[in-house]
Amino acid sequence: MGDTQTRKSEFSNHEKCSCNCNDLSAILARYDNDPTRLMDILIEVQTQCGCVSDEAVKVIAKAINYSSVDVEQTLSFYHFLSQTPTGKYAVYLNDSAVAEMMGREEIAKTFEKEVGCKFGTVSEDGKIGLFNTSCIGMNDQEPSAIINQRVFTKLTKAKVAKIVNGMKNNLDIEDLIGTEVQSNILKQGPILTKDTEIGEAIKKAISMRPEDVIEEIRQSNLRGRGGAGFPTAMKWRFCREAVGEKHYVFCNADEGEPGTFKDRVILTERPQLLFAGMTIAGYAIGSDEGILYLRYEYKYMEEYLEEILSNMRKEGLLGNDVVGEKGFNFDIRIQFGGGAYICGEESALLESAEGKRGEPRDRPPFPVVKGYLQQPTAVNNVETLCSVAKIMHKGAKWYRSLGTFDSTGSKLISVSGDCEKPGVYEIEWGFSVNDVLKMVGAKDVQAVQVGGPSGNCVAPNEFERKLAYEDLSTGGSLIVIGKKRDLLKDIVLNFTEFFIEESCGSCVPCRAMTSQYKNKLEKIIRGNGVAEDIDQMLAWENVMISNRCGLGQTAANPILSTIKNFRELYEKKINKDTNFVSEFNLDAAVQESCKTANRIPNLGGAHE
Amino acid sequence: MSKPIVATTSLAGCFGCHMSLLDIDERILDLIELVEFNKSPIDDIKTFTKQCDIGIIEGGCCNSENVHVLKEFRKNCKILVSVGECAIMGGLPAMRNNNAPISECLEEAYLNCVSVQANDEKIIPNDEELPMILDRVYPCHEIVKIDYFLPGCAPRADLIWNALVALVTGNEMDLPYEVIKFD
Repeated sequence: MGDTQTRKSEFSNHEKCSCNCNDLSAILARYDNDPTRLMDILIEVQTQCGCVSDEAVKVIAKAINYSSVDVEQTLSFYHFLSQTPTGKYAVYLNDSAVAEMMGREEIAKTFEKEVGCKFGTVSEDGKIGLFNTSCIGMNDQEPSAIINQRVFTKLTKAKVAKIVNGMKNNLDIEDLIGTEVQSNILKQGPILTKDTEIGEAIKKAISMRPEDVIEEIRQSNLRGRGGAGFPTAMKWRFCREAVGEKHYVFCNADEGEPGTFKDRVILTERPQLLFAGMTIAGYAIGSDEGILYLRYEYKYMEEYLEEILSNMRKEGLLGNDVVGEKGFNFDIRIQFGGGAYICGEESALLESAEGKRGEPRDRPPFPVVKGYLQQPTAVNNVETLCSVAKIMHKGAKWYRSLGTFDSTGSKLISVSGDCEKPGVYEIEWGFSVNDVLKMVGAKDVQAVQVGGPSGNCVAPNEFERKLAYEDLSTGGSLIVIGKKRDLLKDIVLNFTEFFIEESCGSCVPCRAMTSQYKNKLEKIIRGNGVAEDIDQMLAWENVMISNRCGLGQTAANPILSTIKNFRELYEKKINKDTNFVSEFNLDAAVQESCKTANRIPNLGGAHE
Repeated sequence: MSKPIVATTSLAGCFGCHMSLLDIDERILDLIELVEFNKSPIDDIKTFTKQCDIGIIEGGCCNSENVHVLKEFRKNCKILVSVGECAIMGGLPAMRNNNAPISECLEEAYLNCVSVQANDEKIIPNDEELPMILDRVYPCHEIVKIDYFLPGCAPRADLIWNALVALVTGNEMDLPYEVIKFD
């Protein structure tokens, strides 16, 4: 995120934005001048003013008793927060690999032509800004863009022309064109099937002792659905046993792994189930406050989710004395992120929720002991918490009957890329890649990216492998890559650039080696690689392991897993008859200095 | 058997790595028993007079002359060793690589800097005899094949000595922690 500024407008920082940045009192009052709510404050200022100017930073810093630099620390970390104006309409066009596969480039060109400025800049009249952004969770309906927190999907040249025309005429964002985000649930399984009465599930839990709720979850063998697969009951037990002034339940809805969009669908279609799961978690660990950490990309859902929460409060499913149980209070608030993949890592998520940069913490202590505001905190994935509600309702035994011995239950997978029916499929654990490919209508498949860029790029000879924690583990993203794609250029390079963009910059190997990997990969793609380049990239894996968090440790996976599974693609591109190719060009390298010094390049002897 | 022949040079470096080589103290007498020097500032031989076995490179490439010398070394040496931070990564001279174009760098140095005096004609050195400045400072391995790398700023004398002895004798290199720790 170090180069945030290059992705934003080139406006000078001194240029005043049109609003009155000095009057932020209403926003600051809403959050009680609380520095731990800095994210909310910054997001509101960004929404109101189109940027968080230097003046605004000073006002905020004074109010929350921080230094301006501390406010900037947070502000500069998140790419939907900007220190320079982003325009009355800020267009964020997804640049993920699948977006590219679905024709993003032409859409980007159309935007540039219609608006009259390049990506990374704001139009001259300051009205429209064009920016790139990482995967926005719409892979089944690309190309897609976020404009002023609204999502526009399946963009075509005609749609873009209409949108830009509307923006030029100052239309309300809702009136540009109809915004339609589709849920695309193509296979329902036990979680998505609407057979659970929310109140009943909560009542069932509350009729048991909290320890017994945890035991029931343990019996079900439920494991975290975010990707890591940590046993949920163990997490809760540690958290319950940890001593603190207050315990917290967090739902991790920062779904940022490119190609994953199942949490968006759950939040749209089954939000009550999720909130019930959080309530049950609260009861089990002894907490009265749940926080849904929702990625900024899903800001369009805010009103809808707030309404659901408010209805649940009216129905007695949240608030004081939940489902009539005297003394059991539990409520949920939504905390938005600001656009950072790394915040899906639980300790970075907590840092962010506390109003800081989303940099992973050193562990131990783990969040179950010292989490949000240094208090015991259970952080669970959206799907995990939905499973909790189902298990409470239908029992651990029922849940264990689904899936495999080591991976019980079902999994929502988000399928996108080269297939006929991209969307969300709920399958039992144990399905093979081939089973999924048949289901989604994928033909002529070159590879399947399982688990997003940080996962594994699987070749056809491994398509019989099973989706399960014990075999191909996945947080839910499956990207189908057809034979017509250039795997290295279209996919691996895009994924590597994604990690460069999303590295928080804290650990050197993650910050520096990702760029080194990209340089090597590009050298090979240009046809200038040698055998040693491949060997070096493999050897560097040992360095990547020393990164602090999962992002850094897996940042080279796009390259490493394709060298392992598609080595022939690399071998084909490298030079076999030499052990060294230099890309250095002396003529080009001396041009500028000679021009500056007003002399004619004379490379006579130096060439040899 | 004739002694292995060693050549050394300092490109865009500070001669610190050569100084570190001299830090082998009395072992320099052993060194002379062990190898013969050809082109090197140590014996002041300016041009290669025969094919060498080992070329020791200090410094990266910041101008056309550096590139020329480096290519000469590659042609005349069987094995090239990049010694020190500048040869391996560009080092201190590569600070000018940070986004600023070379034109800005030259203008700052010769025209705009507060310490610039008596350059009324606003000349940026352009004599034909001068090497031409490259757009950025390059590490040696981007220009020619480098066989070995000895990190450090400067690498410790023991590291250079141990590496040289290993190369000459064909034995495995002695790499205790002390010779590769830098603080």
